[in-house]
Amino acid sequence: MTSTNAHQSAHPAEAGHHGKDVRSDLHVAIEPRDSGGLEITLESRVGLYYGSSILSQTRQVLEALGVKHARISIHDEGALPFVISARIETAVKRAGLGKDQKALPEKIALPEPSAKDRLRRSRLYLPGSEPKYFINAGLHGPDAIILDLEDSVHHGEKDAARILVRNTLRAVDFGDCERMVRINQLPLGLEDLAEIIPEAPDLILIPKVETPEQVGEADRLMRELKVSNGVDRPIWLMPILESAAGIENAFAIGTVSPNVCALTIGLEDYTADLGVAKTLEGDESQYARMRMINAAKAAGIQAIDSVFSDVADLAGLRQWGENSRALGFEGKGCIHPSQIPVVHEAFAPTQSEIEKALKIVAAFEEAQQRGLGVVSLGSKMIDPPVVERARKLVARAKAMGKA
Amino acid sequence: MTERIELAQNAAGRSVPAMVNGRPQIPFLGVGQYQPRGRKAAPPICSSRDYPENGDKRVANLETALRKCGLRNGMVISNHHHLRDGDRVALMALEAAARIGVKDLMWFPSASFPSQKGAIELMQSGVIHHIEGSMNGPLGDYCTQGKMRGMGVLRSHGGRWQAIQDGEVHIDIAVIAAPTADAFGNADGSHGKSACGSLGFALADSTYADRVIVVTDNLVPFPCIPWQIQGNNVDFVVEVDSIGDPAKIVSGTTQITRSPDRLRIAEFVARFLRDAGIMRNGFSFQAGAGGIALAFVDYLRRMMKEDGVKARFVRGGSTKFLVELLQEGLTDYILDGQTFDLDGVKSIGSDPRHVATSPFTSYNYHGKGNFASLVDAVVLGATEVDVNFNANVVTHSDGRLLHGIGGWQNCLAAGCTILAVPSFRDRIPVIIDEVTTLTGPGELIDVVATERGIAINPRRQDLLDAVKGSSLPIRPIQDIKAEVERICGGKPAKPKLGDRPVAVVKWVDGTVLDTIWQLS
Repeated sequence: MTSTNAHQSAHPAEAGHHGKDVRSDLHVAIEPRDSGGLEITLESRVGLYYGSSILSQTRQVLEALGVKHARISIHDEGALPFVISARIETAVKRAGLGKDQKALPEKIALPEPSAKDRLRRSRLYLPGSEPKYFINAGLHGPDAIILDLEDSVHHGEKDAARILVRNTLRAVDFGDCERMVRINQLPLGLEDLAEIIPEAPDLILIPKVETPEQVGEADRLMRELKVSNGVDRPIWLMPILESAAGIENAFAIGTVSPNVCALTIGLEDYTADLGVAKTLEGDESQYARMRMINAAKAAGIQAIDSVFSDVADLAGLRQWGENSRALGFEGKGCIHPSQIPVVHEAFAPTQSEIEKALKIVAAFEEAQQRGLGVVSLGSKMIDPPVVERARKLVARAKAMGKA
Repeated sequence: MTERIELAQNAAGRSVPAMVNGRPQIPFLGVGQYQPRGRKAAPPICSSRDYPENGDKRVANLETALRKCGLRNGMVISNHHHLRDGDRVALMALEAAARIGVKDLMWFPSASFPSQKGAIELMQSGVIHHIEGSMNGPLGDYCTQGKMRGMGVLRSHGGRWQAIQDGEVHIDIAVIAAPTADAFGNADGSHGKSACGSLGFALADSTYADRVIVVTDNLVPFPCIPWQIQGNNVDFVVEVDSIGDPAKIVSGTTQITRSPDRLRIAEFVARFLRDAGIMRNGFSFQAGAGGIALAFVDYLRRMMKEDGVKARFVRGGSTKFLVELLQEGLTDYILDGQTFDLDGVKSIGSDPRHVATSPFTSYNYHGKGNFASLVDAVVLGATEVDVNFNANVVTHSDGRLLHGIGGWQNCLAAGCTILAVPSFRDRIPVIIDEVTTLTGPGELIDVVATERGIAINPRRQDLLDAVKGSSLPIRPIQDIKAEVERICGGKPAKPKLGDRPVAVVKWVDGTVLDTIWQLS
């Protein structure tokens, strides 16, 4: 290959952010040209310490993308390397260069694959265009993090977020968290899948699902992408039902593919669809929530609740969460780390529930050993479904470190 | 000034000047190794014969007072910093000196603030020769760019008392801003429109300076009660319209950090005190007014309530959060060094259990003990920590002056010293191989708490044993450092520092701990 910049449509472009209040990000401006090699200027908050490292990384990224001649101007606000690569790649692609090429950061070891029925009490939303939140998100101990490409990302930034999230999946250690990505509403979400699936996230949230066919389409594409990229570990699907129609089709959506591990509900859009106000009590969505829980249970998958949007009201969150667990939900979205411990408490079985369940399980095991067909605790007979529920509760409590 | 400065290596392996501003220096000899000798300094003997019998020491203005004090070239003028960034008196005094026409003063504030950047012009015009005291922002840049004629000397609050008392610094004229005073010169900080709480930092100045001027915007008839500054030490009283901007003297409310990462650090520190058994009935602690420290107090308060534990005393800088502990009966006393918010000022002015202290009682190392070593645990910040737990609090990693020492060095005497720091800031790791400026020796720093885990100094086997079985993420400091370097994409390059000393960092005993170099 010779000068790749001969591309007809190459034009100046930029990506990222800079400024006094910007942290852990950078702004890249690129001006493609036909000759003259690379001319890079760098201003960085951490220039004294990482200036030469940023420059050499920039050259590597440009080389990987086949950019040979351009002026590049970088304003860095202390971005980490995986962010630097993503912003440069975005600018290059916006400039009409680097088609079908990627500048992938070094890949850290993938965590254990996640089980279909793993604990999903809390999932922390991370706006896909705000890298400063990524690196420490796992420290706060949610069961999952969601790298969001949908509502938290501005229309004009979808391409940037997609590349940033892809790099994040390769480079950021989220500890024991399940790594979820919320893609955009289809068909835009299909483009997200193409970028994301090769990096083996654990779960994809599909927003605004109304029909099983939509999930089926995403599932087919995901299977193809897994095969073509050699991803041989499970990637689960969690459709988000956010409309009256979606709720009506809940069971069909939950059973459309064995990859669907849970259904969740989006109450902001759902109440908007109904044309009613969303209240703290939630009477207006009671039916939808219960209908969805029933459909999920009938489909043999998890039912997961919406987010609680008032970050300051932890008592309200706790109450909502306890009520939510009582209805049959198994988890809830979080939009701030301070919500995580509250949600975990709300979705944990109480100590007296655990003790009672342990007694039932012990009585069952004793009956088994003695070859008795009937399980009894004190003077009470215990029915098989009660034993089954107790075993599930003990297993959950153990997973939460409570029993 | 381009004279060659002779350097010596001190016990910490740092290269330090043998002479500072014409005075021979003792390089740091190790913690507790230097034995001071001789007698304390003292101001001249005065006689009541020379002061008005009716006790009225008022003069028309500051300029008159300075003239009457015999201001002349080369003198040392001191101020306290209890009015923080709202202070008007220090510049008022220095500008009056400029009008009188004197040159080459040494300005000796207990700390300087960005609003005092006017001192730069006074250095350029020759009125001020150099500053001995904390220098941040524009003043710090002026110093590290090598523009100051003399060398900066950074001392802790206790070290400043020690330097005055030991005669290392002789104050010719102390100008003391007083939120309330009487015409005899008795003064106090807890009342008046410019109330700031304690005036403890001015106590040494008032007792050791040759001449003392009290400047107030709230003159009350004798007696000014309480009188933290005693009029018997005061030569003149000057009444002005305003000694400072109340909005910048104290913050209306001090805010807990909202950063989840910082909250996590604060919670770790509180849990550490509980799990290590330090949080027990009758214990004591100190935390500053930074976001992490405030959040720490909030977490600790909840744990104290849960476990039914009460403290004997807590050490200020006081804030609303300490005041609440006092009001809820979770501590018997607040021993206050400075007062950061309106709740603190109100409390110190009305609650006898909220006590104003001075660097003499709390911090001075050249005394018959001080109560810093009676504090069970202290929570501090730092700009850098190295793998041997040595810490820097005065410079940025690029060598620029960033903070004064404050009480930081003095607090290291506590039973358990905890640095609460993020593991990196803006991609720059906080835990590094060697600190840029040594401010605190690692043997006195026991715990480094970051959002990625807590490192305990291996010298403190007792603490390591105490938290065995705790669910806290206790990790070797090297481990945390390695993880952060992975995240940040390798070790940061070490900026090259210049080779000309522009300031020194004193240890609490007056020996020279480290050098600030001119930026290259």
